[in-house]
Amino acid sequence: MVETQANTQSILVVGGGISGVTAALEAAEAGYDVVLIEKNPYLGGRVAQLYHYFPKLCPPACGLEIYFRRLKQNPRVRFFTMAELVKVSGEAGNYDVTIKLSPRYVNEKCTCCGKCAEVCETEIDNPFNFGMDKIKAAYLPHEFAFPMRYVLDPSIIGTEDAKKCQEACEYGAIDLDMKESTFDMKVGAIIWAAGWNPYDASKIEYYGFGQYKNVITNVMMERLASPNGPTGGRIVRPSDGKEVKNVAFIQCAGSRDENHLPYCSGICCLASMKHATYIREQYPDCEVTIFFIDIRALDRLEDFYTMVEADDKVSFIKSKIAYITEDEETGNLTVEGENTRTGEQIRMSFDMVVLATGMVPNKMNGVAPPDVTYDDYGFIVLDPEKPGIYGAGCTRRPTDVATCVQDATAAALKAIQSIARR
Amino acid sequence: MEKKTAVYICTGCGIGDALDVGKLLEIATDDYSIPICKEHPFLCGPEGVEVIKKDIQEEGINTIIIAACSPRVNYDVFNFGADKIVERVNLREQVVWMQPPGEEDTQMLAEDNLRMGCSKANDTELPEPFKPEEEISKDILVVGGGLAGLTAALETAKAGYKAVLVEKEDRLGGFLTKMKKLVTMPYKELSDTGLEDLVKAVEDNPNIKVYTSSTVEKISGAPGLFSVEIKGNGNSATEKVGAIVQATGWVPYDANKLDHLGYGKFKDVVTNVEMEEMAAAGKITRPSDGKDVKNVLFVQCAGSRDPEHLPYCSSVCCLVSLKQAAYIKEQNPEAVNYILYKDMRTLGQAEDFYKKAQLDGNVFVRGSVANVGEEGGKLFVEADDELLGERIRIEDLDLVVLAVGMVPSTQPDEIPRIPAPEGAEGADEEGMIEVTPDSGFYATKALGLEYRQGPELPTLKYGFPDSHFICFPYETRRTGIYTAGCVRRPMETAKVIDDATGAAMKAIQCTEATSVGMAVHPRSGDMSYPEFNMQRCTQCKRCTEECPFGAINEDEKANPLPNPTRCRRCGVCMGACPERIISFKNYSVPMIGNMIKAIEVPEEDEEKPRIVALVCENDAYAALDMAGIRRMQISPYVRFIPVRCLGSVNLVWIADALSRGIDGILLMGCRYGDDYQCHFIKGSELANTRLTKVSETLDRLALESDRVKFVEVGITDYEKIPKIIEEFMETIEEVGPNPYKGW
Repeated sequence: MVETQANTQSILVVGGGISGVTAALEAAEAGYDVVLIEKNPYLGGRVAQLYHYFPKLCPPACGLEIYFRRLKQNPRVRFFTMAELVKVSGEAGNYDVTIKLSPRYVNEKCTCCGKCAEVCETEIDNPFNFGMDKIKAAYLPHEFAFPMRYVLDPSIIGTEDAKKCQEACEYGAIDLDMKESTFDMKVGAIIWAAGWNPYDASKIEYYGFGQYKNVITNVMMERLASPNGPTGGRIVRPSDGKEVKNVAFIQCAGSRDENHLPYCSGICCLASMKHATYIREQYPDCEVTIFFIDIRALDRLEDFYTMVEADDKVSFIKSKIAYITEDEETGNLTVEGENTRTGEQIRMSFDMVVLATGMVPNKMNGVAPPDVTYDDYGFIVLDPEKPGIYGAGCTRRPTDVATCVQDATAAALKAIQSIARR
Repeated sequence: MEKKTAVYICTGCGIGDALDVGKLLEIATDDYSIPICKEHPFLCGPEGVEVIKKDIQEEGINTIIIAACSPRVNYDVFNFGADKIVERVNLREQVVWMQPPGEEDTQMLAEDNLRMGCSKANDTELPEPFKPEEEISKDILVVGGGLAGLTAALETAKAGYKAVLVEKEDRLGGFLTKMKKLVTMPYKELSDTGLEDLVKAVEDNPNIKVYTSSTVEKISGAPGLFSVEIKGNGNSATEKVGAIVQATGWVPYDANKLDHLGYGKFKDVVTNVEMEEMAAAGKITRPSDGKDVKNVLFVQCAGSRDPEHLPYCSSVCCLVSLKQAAYIKEQNPEAVNYILYKDMRTLGQAEDFYKKAQLDGNVFVRGSVANVGEEGGKLFVEADDELLGERIRIEDLDLVVLAVGMVPSTQPDEIPRIPAPEGAEGADEEGMIEVTPDSGFYATKALGLEYRQGPELPTLKYGFPDSHFICFPYETRRTGIYTAGCVRRPMETAKVIDDATGAAMKAIQCTEATSVGMAVHPRSGDMSYPEFNMQRCTQCKRCTEECPFGAINEDEKANPLPNPTRCRRCGVCMGACPERIISFKNYSVPMIGNMIKAIEVPEEDEEKPRIVALVCENDAYAALDMAGIRRMQISPYVRFIPVRCLGSVNLVWIADALSRGIDGILLMGCRYGDDYQCHFIKGSELANTRLTKVSETLDRLALESDRVKFVEVGITDYEKIPKIIEEFMETIEEVGPNPYKGW
């Protein structure tokens, strides 16, 4: 049983990504108590998996470091990792919530010395790198992980490997008897900042994701480019590890499409242009082709588009690519479609294809009271008549980091209003 | 506070294996007379912490030096209350994880780190929160009564705080008053503007005081202590507020500059704003003869995404034109709308509205406009159609709507000029120079701040008073003053509402933090603030000019007048002051100077150079930790000293270091320039500028300027650290040992 001091004067923030952490901090720094829960073993969510942000091409870790510092010194925020919301009942100002804590099998005595990982033999798909590489089943999620603490994958519990890890730990930090537990709390307001999942690209059968090794998604590209990614930051073809010379980006892959996601995810144009800069920086001779329907670079971000467009090795071709096929011998991909401008058929060959796939929001999934409404696409809807549960970030609409932070700051105030009303 | 100090050295995580901990304890006991010095094999564990807590309780220890892991970890474990001083000495990440165990140099590094920690703890005092004489206000001033301003005021009131709303027009609503309908979530159809309800909610709210036909004349003071003079209706009023939200909105781009698109030439060429006004007033008709409208053409990006006019995109014009096309269809289902566009920018769920517009039978032409002309009383538009690949001509048009962009209200028509500072380039015959957008003198009047650095918020490119940071979109360069709505970025109404709510949150938060003496972002919670020993001030004005946040005013004699609640506690002023009169209770020039002096500098013949690296604690320090976590090995001769910002580096530290025989000084900090990363805006830039002045001094002392270097180290640059150190060590080897050693 975990003791908390949460009561109806506190705010529960579900999701410890950039939106959740922002909402939690902004409310706490105004003097309100917050409980922040995150299902992963670390905070930072999906932005921690990015290499750079557009348009400044700066590292997410920079902003996260300040966020975590603010978190560290603020006694009003209590956060739990490996935590999920499993039940909500009640009404605005007075909710009863149940939080489930999944076992990390590593307690607060962990010093990150790394001995357990050294002795562990089992390897698992690295979740942080979308399974593009393997890590030991006793692992630190990523080097900037906050909180800095190892995790044991549940798959080794009960095995000899787990025992080895436990024996190797000098600090008694490995607790194989940890069990799933739940605790109940009363809160006054809830902020749903549980983020999104990348659209499952294998559903876009004609693009061959999952079949052709060298067709990857935008989120996988971020990992390839990251120094702490599966290839140490070298953007290479998954099939043979070779350098890329010719890369294609397919915009709106499974987006703006009745058969997949009808809506636009807002950031994929900018993300692909950003990826183009990653590639161009690493390989001055590599060519990049971006197949698009509309280039969506709003307000000052237009400058970013202008900059990328000016690069003579980056081409923009307006086309909705019809299908992709693979040359089994080389692993190269042939991209076919109509060039909307010229009316000609495109048939071009590339080393690697990046699908700019969209974002699918996480819903409260039966956990919430019936008050919570979603739009046609699963995005949570703010209903002024039904206060108390507020969406923040990509659970409301797909968008960029600055907007998520803005949004989460607003959600913090809405949550405070729910409490202040009492 | 009378200090009772204790040192605790953790021997876990390899520290005990790599170092002679006994020797370290001796140094603490003998050299620093610390009464209690202990070691423990697992200090962050419950038993270890218990040892410390026992000493606090039984021995009255109130200053705790922990020589163990990095201060970035176990912050919660080693937290003994706000009334204790805790100093962390990094022996793990930055010593034993980056150095070979058992070596003499590793030991010397650890000993110096401990010495510096003991020295620092000695010079640290507990901060006392700043309590102004005047009472702190938690009221919020909202400047501008459009959608953003109304929302900010209302959301403030709903949270239980008071708002003062000032609007220059005689009615509230801003551009919302000119709108017929909105397109907002869920983007399926047109919505009512909600203006009436919103205005009523604001006017009826007892927590909101509304001034219409009024402007802000001037604002003096600081967060928590702003005094606002409001003039209007022949009256003058003063309000005391704690924080400010500027929501002064936008004006349409001047379409007179678009005469090549027919504006001003043909009556039936109107802007999107004029179109909206017509629709809101009743029927949309041809301005030339009042006749019915059958065929309309919308020219998107009219004067936008155009280096000759507005280079940026105004975000909303696509959606607005689709909305107006729907007005036309509503009025006359037989009407034909042509939308001539470059890219259709209907993001997120707004894609649904684009779909609806297509299903409504509107004609979308992707291309660029070449010419707008008139023939037989009707208009025609020639365009280069991208899809057809040829020039087309769309005729028989009753109306051509130019979708013009938004210009923030802050953008001046004519860029103001101020007296050019000495030596500045580009001054005209009268000695005046144009101000740059980041100057407090650039923006058009909205706040009238009585700040030495100018009356308005600094702006970014294109005149938007926005934050440069992606992660911190509300952080303007003036503490306690936030911007919301289209004045900060062109945005659609749904986003404006969120934006204004967020700005209200930040404003409230600022007043709450200020009321307990705490700083806001990025040093949230910091209770220290700079104190000025005015006796030695020489009125050089460096602090007042260099403060990135305009926190320091000046009197007529050029004496600095600090405003602690405007301060972000970065210490740039401390670094600027040549007389060293500025200090914080827990961060001062002598403190770092003494740390440098605590370093043991071996004699020249020992051939063990010594480098001092002043490290920005926001990014570079974390990068060093990361290098340690990755067990990257570096030279054992570098002594890392974290600083709040490189801008707080006072040049005397360099002089101190060199006069002690330190061979080289590295400054490790964030990127500066157009895409700066420095959390304090100009810190690393200032450090660099100051370094150039140091070169002269160095040359005079017959010391090579190569000995002092700035290197950019971003938080993810840990891979580069070994190389950076190695290269610097090579430079030092070339120039040879500091001739001042042993003096």
